[in-house]
Amino acid sequence: MDIKSLQDRFQEKVDAEIKIEPRDWMPDDYRKTLIRQISQHAHSEIVGMLPEGNWITRAPSLRRKLGLLAKVQDEAGHGLYLYSACETLGVERDDLFQQLNSGKAKYSSIFNYPTVTWADIGTVGWLVDGAAIMNQVPLCRCSYGPYARAMVRVCKEESFHQRQGFEILLTLSKGTEDQKAMLQDAVNRWWWPALMMFGPNDADSPHTARSMNWKIKRFTNDELRQKFVDVCVAQAEILNVTLPDPDLKFNEETGHYDFGAIDWDEFWAVVKGNGPCNKQRLVARNKAHDEGAWVREAAIAFAEKKKQREMAVAS
Amino acid sequence: MKKFEYVLRLADSPLILGQRLCEWCGHGPILEQDIALSNIALDLLGLSRNLFQYAAELKGGNVTEDDLAFTRQEREYQNFLICEQENGHWGKTLLRQFFFDVYQYYFLHALKNSSDERLAAIALKSIKEVTYHMRYSSEWVIRLGDGTTESHGKMLDALEALWPFTGELTQFDELDLEMEKIGVIKNLAQIPSQWTNKVIEILGMATLPIPEKGWMQKGGKSGVHTEAMGFILAEMQYMQRAYPGAKW
Ligand SMILES: [Fe+2]
Ligand SMILES: [Fe+2]
Ligand SMILES: [Fe+2]
Repeated sequence: MDIKSLQDRFQEKVDAEIKIEPRDWMPDDYRKTLIRQISQHAHSEIVGMLPEGNWITRAPSLRRKLGLLAKVQDEAGHGLYLYSACETLGVERDDLFQQLNSGKAKYSSIFNYPTVTWADIGTVGWLVDGAAIMNQVPLCRCSYGPYARAMVRVCKEESFHQRQGFEILLTLSKGTEDQKAMLQDAVNRWWWPALMMFGPNDADSPHTARSMNWKIKRFTNDELRQKFVDVCVAQAEILNVTLPDPDLKFNEETGHYDFGAIDWDEFWAVVKGNGPCNKQRLVARNKAHDEGAWVREAAIAFAEKKKQREMAVAS
Repeated sequence: MKKFEYVLRLADSPLILGQRLCEWCGHGPILEQDIALSNIALDLLGLSRNLFQYAAELKGGNVTEDDLAFTRQEREYQNFLICEQENGHWGKTLLRQFFFDVYQYYFLHALKNSSDERLAAIALKSIKEVTYHMRYSSEWVIRLGDGTTESHGKMLDALEALWPFTGELTQFDELDLEMEKIGVIKNLAQIPSQWTNKVIEILGMATLPIPEKGWMQKGGKSGVHTEAMGFILAEMQYMQRAYPGAKW
């Protein structure tokens, strides 16, 4: 079969909402796009463990410590599912780690911001997991089967994280003046970076059309961002916090909230490595990887010895 | 109030060891093992929380589990010294875990026959968990002891650092014996030989030497800790100390 008819058949399947599976023929660019997107997502889960892990040992109560530890552990699990999904496309986890540790691979820029108070932990759950869910729920219907299935599991846990974060903040909102101030300060710092999580405006997002045609993406960046803003306004009211945007206002005509301009200079600065924590995140990942090398080597050596011994017994 | 002191003692070791394991989250050598170690931390902290809740009930008044876990003075914590020792490398963490797990495995089996129904129920619930913990830490001790020359050497270092803190696991003080007398804990006398036999078995499989009994450090049960402890508490208690009385 020639390329053209393979391509046609591929697109017919995608259009008919039939999942593409690892053994199916797929265009090179489709494979590359998926590898890039899934590995970036996996890296984000792993790097995302760092800002939140930062507070596990300082969590203010036993219940919160358990909740946060379980959450960060979930993120490791998400990383694992996603690396596995990525491996079905013919790349090895080790190579992906290599790309992450060398600084070549990207991950969600939001994790280059510091978690400086306990309220940040609640805010990350509310806004960052919240934005992740907005982005990821449509991915449960992604045309690539292994990715879609991984996302179903991930999304269930992300929505639990979002509720847990919101509940942390709700507790602060009913607390002392110090706690309320801590809450407002955290929302002030995380609101705009959370909006940036949806990526550049549609006009500056050249691959969106192709990804939508492949049914990897279902909504544009701006559509998702708008949905997120609309949902958050009501939730902010419950928390009794102000979202730090003087232009935020309901538009009777569109039925949506209008919001101010995003500082894309900041966005690109962080993407390019100049966020407050880009360097620390990479240092931490490299340290874990390098200091773990002897452990991985020993595990392989031991498994090999064990196999030899079992073979010796068997023969 | 003796029983209250005793329940606190049982809560403190899993709390402090769980707190130490939290430091690993996100920094493990292998993603799957990062998850596995967090699981153990969750179990330990969950167990300590059950015990602190019970202790708070015994104490009565407005005392909460968090008051007990987060606002006592260093001298009031009764955890084993081994639980507060620095994580060091992955092998040291797992060897520390192994020594504690073996103790905890036999101890919880003894506690499940407690005349105190609440403690018996807590022990019963945790036995399944500690059985898994002990298998997991044993496997890692064996794997690293019998892995490469480098890993073997690192396990020897860890053994040397941790061994003096193992004596405390099988030494019982007045409070322990008093609780045994009233049936809160049973058959303590069995634990030392059970612990030793299991440790000899696993260290043997790991091709690691069985250290001489030697000089053993103690102080955990009477609240005289190593210098590591103050820093653990400074970190762990920070929020409760900075915002007294706040609800989280
Ligand atoms: Fe996640
Ligand atoms: Fe995610
Ligand atoms: Fe999450």
